[in-house]
Amino acid sequence: MQAYLGIDLGSVSTNFLVLGPNSAVLAHHCLRTQGDPITAIKAGLTQLKKQLAPGVIICGAGSTGSGRHLAGVMIGADTVKNEITAHGIAAAHEIPAVQTVLEIGGQDSKIIILRQGMVTDFAMNTVCAAGTGSFLDRQAERLGLSIEHFGQLALESKNPVRIAGRCAVFAESDMIHKQQLGHSMEDISRGLCQALVRNYLNNVAKGKEILAPILFQGGVAANRGIKQAFEEALEQEVIVPKHHAVMGALGAALLAKQTVSRKKKSSFRGFEVSHWNFKVRTKHCNGCSNTCEVVKITAKGQILACWGDRCGRWSADPLVNRLNA
Amino acid sequence: MKITFPHMGYLNIPLRSFFNNLGQEVIEPPAINQHTINLGTRYAPEFACLPLKINIGNFIQAAELGANTIVMAGGIGPCRFGYYAQVQREILADLGINMDMIVLEPPQGGWKLLLRGLRRLTGKVSLLAIFEAGAIAWAKLKALDQLAQRVYSIRAQEISRGSTNRIWKQILTHIDGANDLKAVQKAADCGYALLQGIKTQPHKEMLKVGLVGEIYTVLEPAVNLGLEEVLGSMGVEVVRSIYLSEWVITNLVLHTFYLRDDREHYQLAAPYLDHFVGGHGIESISNTVKYARAGMDGVIHVAPLTCMPEIVAKTILPGVSLGENIPVLTLMLDEHSAEAGILTRLEAFCELLWQRKRMPKVRRQQNKTEMELSRGKLSVAGISGH
Repeated sequence: MQAYLGIDLGSVSTNFLVLGPNSAVLAHHCLRTQGDPITAIKAGLTQLKKQLAPGVIICGAGSTGSGRHLAGVMIGADTVKNEITAHGIAAAHEIPAVQTVLEIGGQDSKIIILRQGMVTDFAMNTVCAAGTGSFLDRQAERLGLSIEHFGQLALESKNPVRIAGRCAVFAESDMIHKQQLGHSMEDISRGLCQALVRNYLNNVAKGKEILAPILFQGGVAANRGIKQAFEEALEQEVIVPKHHAVMGALGAALLAKQTVSRKKKSSFRGFEVSHWNFKVRTKHCNGCSNTCEVVKITAKGQILACWGDRCGRWSADPLVNRLNA
Repeated sequence: MKITFPHMGYLNIPLRSFFNNLGQEVIEPPAINQHTINLGTRYAPEFACLPLKINIGNFIQAAELGANTIVMAGGIGPCRFGYYAQVQREILADLGINMDMIVLEPPQGGWKLLLRGLRRLTGKVSLLAIFEAGAIAWAKLKALDQLAQRVYSIRAQEISRGSTNRIWKQILTHIDGANDLKAVQKAADCGYALLQGIKTQPHKEMLKVGLVGEIYTVLEPAVNLGLEEVLGSMGVEVVRSIYLSEWVITNLVLHTFYLRDDREHYQLAAPYLDHFVGGHGIESISNTVKYARAGMDGVIHVAPLTCMPEIVAKTILPGVSLGENIPVLTLMLDEHSAEAGILTRLEAFCELLWQRKRMPKVRRQQNKTEMELSRGKLSVAGISGH
């Protein structure tokens, strides 16, 4: 059976997905990156292999996410794409008529505007991570709730409290204050969901035209309280796709399928890379005053890739060149 | 008198030439690096815009090397730049760095302040000598600006990555080393010849992207994370909206003689913004309109965080983008040096532009009309989820 692998190596979680014939999802797996992307990829691949039925052949692989270059080099990806393109493609695959994608991940949040299945505009959060998953994670922890339970709780609230959502630090102190006043946990959770949505709509989605169908994806989409808050604020239905947490990986797999159908051959190294010993070395280049930090990745005594230099002295075959390939 | 000045792109080359030819000693701050930014952010007010912080870093580093006189431009209008010199002088004084600060204020009805400033710099040199020094500096600036334009188109087509950058560095050294008008001309000619020698793919399909925004972030690669180089390596020809030589002509020469003509900018921007907002706010809008009408593929708008004129422009640009049918990406730059985030946005933006470019024109137009029609009717019936 022919299948395609997609990896989304993000700041907080690393997601894997195997796409089979007729766009069936054969396997998917999520794990925390925990600051060690190499181990995360190896562990994920091992897990994924176990899930797959014998006879499934990976005919192509793609990577995305903030660690896409690293993931791409490790697995020998056929395509390495930014997460905006990947999420856009996955959304259009899930619901072809989609016009707006709201995506909230661990440390970034973005909005993607599509028209006729094509990305026409996008925005990402810039200097602040206030409205993202990490923040929710932290607040749920403070309230002593699991992140799954937190969203459910918000749905039970009748009178949400108002929490200032402009800045994560102040939102937290605002929340503690409301707790001390004796507001119920339900009302605080819902207030927090509304604050996050307000923050997102005022910052990331500012000036964007939000038209239905609206898809809500990323790890935070599992939170039903946030989904409800979005629906209230937008006064429209917000759809959470089935594989909302692995949409980036789905996009990468779809892109890999496209690329391989064009170039006929895959450069995927196979699942055995989970046993390879990858070494990463950093050195300061002394070629000029930029003193770039150059990263060198080796495995099996071979240099797989270099990057980090501005001039191309080390990364003679830059990954960005693949963009137009 | 040991003169120093803040860095901004390759401005140091003509400026140093000017002062040296007047017989003044120049001590340039080291090229902007992380240490410069650290110094600036440590001593400047937290909410000040990035250029002020980097200027302060420059001055402190120059003072360490022995400079004792700062030449700084002044400003008028709503942009905070007008107060830079005064604020910087106070901050430096608080640090115990007492440098003489000569502020060249743009003339507002009177010449006296500017002339007095200039005269303090030039000492007792004859007017002819000043004119000659000025002419050489001007020739250098003009040559560099023109060569830079060539560099943008060649970099996007180069075969071996980095080859254009290496030549560009050589060009900077050549122009810098030229001592008279003839030598500048020779260095420039040599520069063109060198650029001609770079191996390129002449028929390569390229994206053409305009770079608009606040002058310092547009011109200083250390601040915009080498935006032009990164875009060049992605096969994008950059069209820069601000060239220093043009800025000097409009703001220092034409403005002084009441000949400044911004009518084109005002006319182009008028449907979206019809009021002066300081800095390059109006120009960010008018150039976006201009680039869209010239059939360019997209526009990248850069500004330092908290830059007032460009915040105004940023809020208006989505409307311009829709009205003129051109994608616009705004990048607010601050002291963070994480290139990964910027790279992701640039990659995604280029991807979007390629998709548009490869889409037939008819459909592009259709898309635009549909988007316009759908404006206002926000309650389109949703599709039911799973």
